[in-house]
Amino acid sequence: MTTVAPEDVRAVGALARIALTDTELDRLTHQMNDLLAQFDRLGELDTGNIPAMSHAVPVVARLREDVARPSLPRDVALSGGSQTDPWLGGFIVPQVLAE
Amino acid sequence: MITVATANRCARTFSYKDVKTCPIVAPFTPPCPPVLKLSAPVYNGRMMNYRVSVGMECHAELLTASKMFCSCANAFGGEPNTRTCPVCLGLPGTLPVFNAVAVELVVKTALALHCDISMRTIFHRKNYFYPDLPKGYQVSQYGDTPIGTNGYVDIEKADGTTKRIRITRVHLEEDTGKSIHSDGLGYSVMDYNRAGVPLMEIVTDFPPDVESAEEARLYAETLRGILLYVGASDGRMEQGSLRVEPNPSVRKEGTEAFGVKTELKNLNSFRAVQLGIEYEAKRQIAQIEAGETVLQATYGWDAEKGVTVLQRVKETEQEYRYFPEPDLIPIEFAPEYIETMRASLPELALDKKNRFVSEYALPVADAATLVSDKATADFYERAVSAGGDPKAVANWILGELTRLASGAKIAIAGGKVSPETLAELTRTVADGTITTTIAKRVLEEMWTTGETATAVIDRLGLRVAGADAVAEMVAAVVAAHPDIVAKIKGGNEKVIAFLKGQVMKEAKGQARPDDIDRLLKDAIDKA
Repeated sequence: MTTVAPEDVRAVGALARIALTDTELDRLTHQMNDLLAQFDRLGELDTGNIPAMSHAVPVVARLREDVARPSLPRDVALSGGSQTDPWLGGFIVPQVLAE
Repeated sequence: MITVATANRCARTFSYKDVKTCPIVAPFTPPCPPVLKLSAPVYNGRMMNYRVSVGMECHAELLTASKMFCSCANAFGGEPNTRTCPVCLGLPGTLPVFNAVAVELVVKTALALHCDISMRTIFHRKNYFYPDLPKGYQVSQYGDTPIGTNGYVDIEKADGTTKRIRITRVHLEEDTGKSIHSDGLGYSVMDYNRAGVPLMEIVTDFPPDVESAEEARLYAETLRGILLYVGASDGRMEQGSLRVEPNPSVRKEGTEAFGVKTELKNLNSFRAVQLGIEYEAKRQIAQIEAGETVLQATYGWDAEKGVTVLQRVKETEQEYRYFPEPDLIPIEFAPEYIETMRASLPELALDKKNRFVSEYALPVADAATLVSDKATADFYERAVSAGGDPKAVANWILGELTRLASGAKIAIAGGKVSPETLAELTRTVADGTITTTIAKRVLEEMWTTGETATAVIDRLGLRVAGADAVAEMVAAVVAAHPDIVAKIKGGNEKVIAFLKGQVMKEAKGQARPDDIDRLLKDAIDKA
């Protein structure tokens, strides 16, 4: 049976940038192990003759003609940002790659 | 004021500095050794005991009019955030739609790289926290059905031998936005003009066939040539539309297990590719020799200082949590589509070079230079098919035309001399209408005015002087220099060169040298 340890759950939390308290960690570890137990049950099914599926809809993609059309005016594009820098004309984000 | 971290959610992005200070991420990240100062004597000789292996990842922005999944223009430069829309900004409720030309260019490149094509290809989400993509993930292709698999590139080494570099995958993904850093602001600013531009990734096979910095450079050069021939990319490394990211690792001679690899970025030229790998290999060796562990991380090449600098500790593959992109359904290729793509492929540089050598009897080096640019190679062939002498046309292109074009900072094919008029110029030399010396002057005029060779020759009266006219000039020169003639008759044959020079000067380059020699000899004998 596949299980996860609290440190795995903490790692997954870190990937989502969520810090977990010990109580949360304990609860989520149990919940994730319950989920994994369900997957183990599914794993008991014989799927040897069933092709792997990557998408729920049995259709294939249509492609788009390569034509450029007008984009959003910049002020409209920036209006969705929580913080913007009108001088540089961009979205403000935490400093990346300091120095 | 920006909040970078709240009580229980860290919005910080990965950088080494953050990794060290972020309490959430820190437990999962190995400590980072300091960048070592390198001094040459440490390495001399030591390199010999190590083997270098380089996995090559190359990203090429595709030459499309619009982005990968939306109709924003695919262009370089411009004001920040002027080419964005709800799709490439990742706004809720939008759906991506594939760009047909982007798919076509990846298929063509994969075929040119001798790949197998996955007849059904799927796309994945690569999840990571980095503000360069507003969606919080990059659409890419993971797993065993990228568009192309199992291909190869043959590189030609300096000693003339060929080495095959195997390619494991060619896939399609989307480019990221660019961050603008400004000192003292305390924050970064994102420009999403580039976010969603179609990007092709080409990855070499493991274990790596590239075993030196030089081979890595040759591979990158060859690959760029193929991309240009196929028309998939403009190959501009300095603008970042072609990004070569080598993953060098070192291991002791005789050891089978590969060392830990690092990834190199910021390599904006072929020279940087070679120098960056050389430096990085030495840096890794220094770490190993100092008893330290090489950290799997991304290093940036600082061309000015000639060093690699740690940029960020890489997420592992698992941490990207790839899964099939639910917004994009699989692409299926019809066999006829693949065959149409295959038929549309141009003859590639290496094949063209070999053909130029066998068909036109060109020296290998000349053929290689001609095919290094497809437009120049096409110009050459058009001139030859217009009746130009193959060897002479090659000489004019590689010599005078290259000089004129580089002086004007344009491509040869973009100048006023057409392949047809160049062919005509070589014919006027071959049939004796003008001399080679005069031909240079004619070509310069043609380059400036766009006239035909004959038009220039007639306008400036440059035809070779007839034998009678040359004989007259010779007679005059001989009569004017009795002392020289006497010396020649006295046995000092060398001074005949002086008389020849005088005739040449008189003829202003329009007399054939062999005519002058013959007539001068006759005249001296008779004097």
